[in-house]
Amino acid sequence: MTSTVNGTDVKHSTPDGEERPLLEIKDLKVDFTTQEGKVTAVDGVNITLYRGQSLAIVGESGSGKSTTAHAIINLLPGSGRIAGGQILLDGQDISKASKKEMESIRGRKIGFVPQDPMSNLNPVWSIGFQVEEAIRANGIATGRKEVRARAIEVLKQAGLQDADRRLKQFPHQFSGGMRQRVLIGMGLSADPQLLIADEPTSALDVTVQRVILDHLESLTRELGTTLLFITHDLGLAAERAEQLVVMYKGKVVESGPSLEILQNPQHPYTQRLVAAAPSLASRRIQATSHGEEAAGAHELGTEPATTTDTIDLIATAEARAEAHEAAMAQPPAIVIEDLTKVFKIRGSGDFTAVDKVSFEIPKGTTTALVGESGSGKSTVAKMLLKLEDATSGKILVGGKDLASLTGKELFDLRSRMQPVFQDPYGSLNPLRNIGNTISEPLVTHSVGDRASRRARVFELLDQVSLPRTLVGRYPNELSGGQRQRIAIARALALKPEIVVLDEAVSALDVLVQAQILRLLADLQAELDLTYLFITHDLAVVRVIADHVCVMQKGRIVEAATTDEVFENPREQYTKDLLAAIPGANLQLGA
Amino acid sequence: MPSNTRPAQAHFVAPIDETPLVAIDSVKAEGKPTNLWTDAWRDVRKRPMFWISSALIVLIVVVALFPTLFTSVDPRFCQLSLSNQGPGDGSVLGYNRQGCDIYSRIIHGTSTSLSVGLIVTFLVASLGIFFGALAGFYGGWVDAVLSRLGDIFFSIPYILAAVVIMSVLSQYASVWTISLAIGIFAWPATARVLRAEILRVKNSDFVMAATAVGVTRLRILIRHVLPNSIAPVIVITTISLASAIVAEATLSFLGVGLPSSTMSWGNDISQAQVDLRTNPQTLILPSIALSVTVLSFIMLGEVVRDALDPKARAQR
Repeated sequence: MTSTVNGTDVKHSTPDGEERPLLEIKDLKVDFTTQEGKVTAVDGVNITLYRGQSLAIVGESGSGKSTTAHAIINLLPGSGRIAGGQILLDGQDISKASKKEMESIRGRKIGFVPQDPMSNLNPVWSIGFQVEEAIRANGIATGRKEVRARAIEVLKQAGLQDADRRLKQFPHQFSGGMRQRVLIGMGLSADPQLLIADEPTSALDVTVQRVILDHLESLTRELGTTLLFITHDLGLAAERAEQLVVMYKGKVVESGPSLEILQNPQHPYTQRLVAAAPSLASRRIQATSHGEEAAGAHELGTEPATTTDTIDLIATAEARAEAHEAAMAQPPAIVIEDLTKVFKIRGSGDFTAVDKVSFEIPKGTTTALVGESGSGKSTVAKMLLKLEDATSGKILVGGKDLASLTGKELFDLRSRMQPVFQDPYGSLNPLRNIGNTISEPLVTHSVGDRASRRARVFELLDQVSLPRTLVGRYPNELSGGQRQRIAIARALALKPEIVVLDEAVSALDVLVQAQILRLLADLQAELDLTYLFITHDLAVVRVIADHVCVMQKGRIVEAATTDEVFENPREQYTKDLLAAIPGANLQLGA
Repeated sequence: MPSNTRPAQAHFVAPIDETPLVAIDSVKAEGKPTNLWTDAWRDVRKRPMFWISSALIVLIVVVALFPTLFTSVDPRFCQLSLSNQGPGDGSVLGYNRQGCDIYSRIIHGTSTSLSVGLIVTFLVASLGIFFGALAGFYGGWVDAVLSRLGDIFFSIPYILAAVVIMSVLSQYASVWTISLAIGIFAWPATARVLRAEILRVKNSDFVMAATAVGVTRLRILIRHVLPNSIAPVIVITTISLASAIVAEATLSFLGVGLPSSTMSWGNDISQAQVDLRTNPQTLILPSIALSVTVLSFIMLGEVVRDALDPKARAQR
């Protein structure tokens, strides 16, 4: 069957001696069967990829980008099925290949690097066993010694030093970056013509992400492997791939050379994406720092949930800059002095998570606490919120020392300081409806009666631009962004002065993230809020923060105004972080 | 192949009318509000096993409450002359060795089995929830003490413990004592399940958010943590009802259960032992009643488990 398809397709795709693409996807359609019936996840996707090229599929969650990639190697989950179209690998249609045929293609012709390095290695087997298993499965080498030699070679290639010693170790002894290297090594172990990488670095810190991507790039170039990768980050895609495919709701809305698309996006969705990508926006601020966009900033206050306009982060950032100067004269809302937190770890002594951290947050402004995972930034937030006790040091909120508060005083203080957490799926009680969730702070602090509380809930829903009809509904019906709005509404219920945003936008899609960031900026201006904004993403900092504290291993290594940090970073670590923002070294025409 | 034969990559833009833009993150909330419980109900409603087991349970409860609706024969009116006679002559299932009507005894024995099941379940659930919730939520020394206490009870098989207790308390044997004997050693399983679930839920962000609002610990436990961790307890409880009924029958069969004057399936099975070869129906018929009852509760438990566990639902 395949041979006849193969035969006809050779003729078809090379009518006048043109090079045959390595991968050609024609009108691909993928259906999922759900309880409600058929859902088309990928609809009429066309992709052409030539040897040695690199191509990125960009899109938000649910756009069908991963499904497309999984369809190529026939790893569709559960009820997924290719319902139409062709996937031509070197002229041969593999969309209808049998299980057996597919097994010989996977690994040997098409390598795959999965998304999550933490769950894609089996914790009970050594790294060596798993790499050797992949090598044996692809029949590259036979015989113990040969397989072993190849495994060492693969790991060395993937950039692991002393690979022969590493073979005996287990996944938990590897950091996330090292695990991803192993997975990349396994993907490339059979020297495939095509490597598919599904969000290969989205679970990693930015600096690690950069190293891994650099390595992947040089490795595929060296081996001449064609690279197809999937990402939600437009900046990263444009920086790493020659070709870009933008997907939206299962369809390709725009495709072509990366730079051309970034500089001259044609489809309104791509335009939206380019405008909202924080990494790109922060570049463009420098280019057009006094452009006319600032004038448009005031018109952006219309309902974000219903707007179909592009969300322009630059404008938001410009508006912020003007507002904050006046606030600097007042006494600081929060003063943190020599704050230290030591965790006692069973068996291995003490671990200093936060080490003599000092900073101030002026009233009505935003201070961003930036750092990679494990830098202690969230621990600072928890101590500030009194969810965790400080080992030593002082936290003054509105001039009052947190440590000396009585129970009653702490209870009162809680109404003036509220958090919003990262995980939109974990921050709302799934069994309580939206109205009860938002009014809980009011009930707890005995504010008003039933009717006035209900009125306040409506007011808060208006403030976060959600319909009032949500009052009787439960969180499971809401998207991540909407849940985050509810969490913000709950935080604002008691009219606090301070809001601690712990990675509050990190789990959201770019467009939704931009929307929430603008909502936060609007609310700050309207309610004179002070924000402590905790994030790992420097790109977001640029558009929201007035001051930045960069944390590394429990210490603040650099603290300055946002502009200073971005334009003139002093510490090497800050420079590394800035350089690691995907898309940071893209030169756009603007 | 020379690369100059490659066609230049075109800049493709989809026609906008084919790929219309939707408002970013628009709210889609139609129909009735749903949450875990309403979803579970919607799921359960579609399963025949749920309706079969529920119908059986309703029937069993009605039989237990109003046995006289189903039989007018006195189960205690036994005539030795009718010993081991087959069905007929107004008797549906025949007579046992003592000449008592088997059908009537099964009907009248239902309430004993069911009450033991319900009392044990109530005991197990309340002890298990109380200790499990405290241990899981408060942690520290509370957890250490309660968990060790649970381990001690857990290490003794509850059937063995009940045998010991019932032989010591043989003169006080009644539905209540036998329930107590079974329940007092059966709660640690429930407590363990709940404790594990609470440990998971109490680290949720919504618990942290409630703490940051100033909600008291006890209120957080009752309002936020318990409702979100109770689902597996409900599943376990349904199944423990079945095993309590089995335990009662076992104890009665071993002769350390209810006094022979109390009508129970276990007693009847025990007394029918001697006739197993000659008149097996005297043993098999009460056993079938026992099996059907136990099976309906186990079936219900399974349906409820599937409905409350979205992962299990997805795999079906």
